[in-house]
Amino acid sequence: MHITPDEIVFWQWNGVSLNATIVFTWVVMALLAIGARLITLRISDDERLPRWQNFLEVLVTGMREQIRDVSHTDPKQYLPFIGTLFLFIATSNILMIVPGFQPPTGSLSTTTALAICVLLAVPIYGVADRGFGGYLRKYIQPTFFMLPFNIIGEVSRTLALAIRLYGNVMSGTIIVGILIGIAPFIFPVVMQLLGLLTGLIQAYIFAVLAMVYIASATRIHAGEEDRSSTPDKKESL
Amino acid sequence: MDSVSVIGAVSIITAGLTIAIGSIGPALGEARTAAQALAAIAQQPDEANTITRTLFVSLAMIESTAIYCFVVTMILIFANPFWDHVIASTPG
Repeated sequence: MHITPDEIVFWQWNGVSLNATIVFTWVVMALLAIGARLITLRISDDERLPRWQNFLEVLVTGMREQIRDVSHTDPKQYLPFIGTLFLFIATSNILMIVPGFQPPTGSLSTTTALAICVLLAVPIYGVADRGFGGYLRKYIQPTFFMLPFNIIGEVSRTLALAIRLYGNVMSGTIIVGILIGIAPFIFPVVMQLLGLLTGLIQAYIFAVLAMVYIASATRIHAGEEDRSSTPDKKESL
Repeated sequence: MDSVSVIGAVSIITAGLTIAIGSIGPALGEARTAAQALAAIAQQPDEANTITRTLFVSLAMIESTAIYCFVVTMILIFANPFWDHVIASTPG
């Protein structure tokens, strides 16, 4: 039993190894990119939509609504990052039911990479929104003595983000592997069904948490800032 | 007992203890969260969307403590570094 798809190596040459995580990440990337390209080739604004275009529109509108609910601002600047995170994690978790597919999110390297993306995106969005000094001032709120705790909090939530996703997906594959040894026929299917639900919820949670972290970096006092700063933003937009 | 059996026994017992103790807290926490959310939805059905979304996020965050214990358990059983070290350093 493999605890992570990193251990399955397809191809090795001079210390460069191509393991299952990388290969299946490429598969998911290709599926998303080519699929979206194919759908948007035949885009129409008639009353009768192609059904795949309808599907994409539902997805994008849903993500925009969720981002707007969490951040209370215009979702345009956050949609590329948050939406990509959600689509990638959701696709790789759903494809788990395809035989032979090892979900790349079941590897700690993938989830750590995604969490580091969030760790980097928080200061980038924060500096873009509040300026350099304004963002750094967040670290000495409410007093200067909270500086180490704020930094520790930043690191530990990244770790938690990575291990939460890894643990959930890995536990799904491990449980199915164990159950196949004990009760091979119906029961693993039920657990896989549960794994699909968990996978989608985890994708949603990862995206929402990333959005919450970014939103907390862009607004310090949600109540006061909303009234004072949103009119300015509307003008600049 | 040689070191291999000691490490094996301690790892398995610790793995069981980790998941057993570690799942108590999240179980109680999730039960309280779900009960509170149900009460809140019963009082304010209009806010059901917001409450459900917050409920899912908080359930996942509570559950992550149990997931950490599970990851530690899996590492102890399937990828134990001490076990690998002893196996590698034992001749033959």
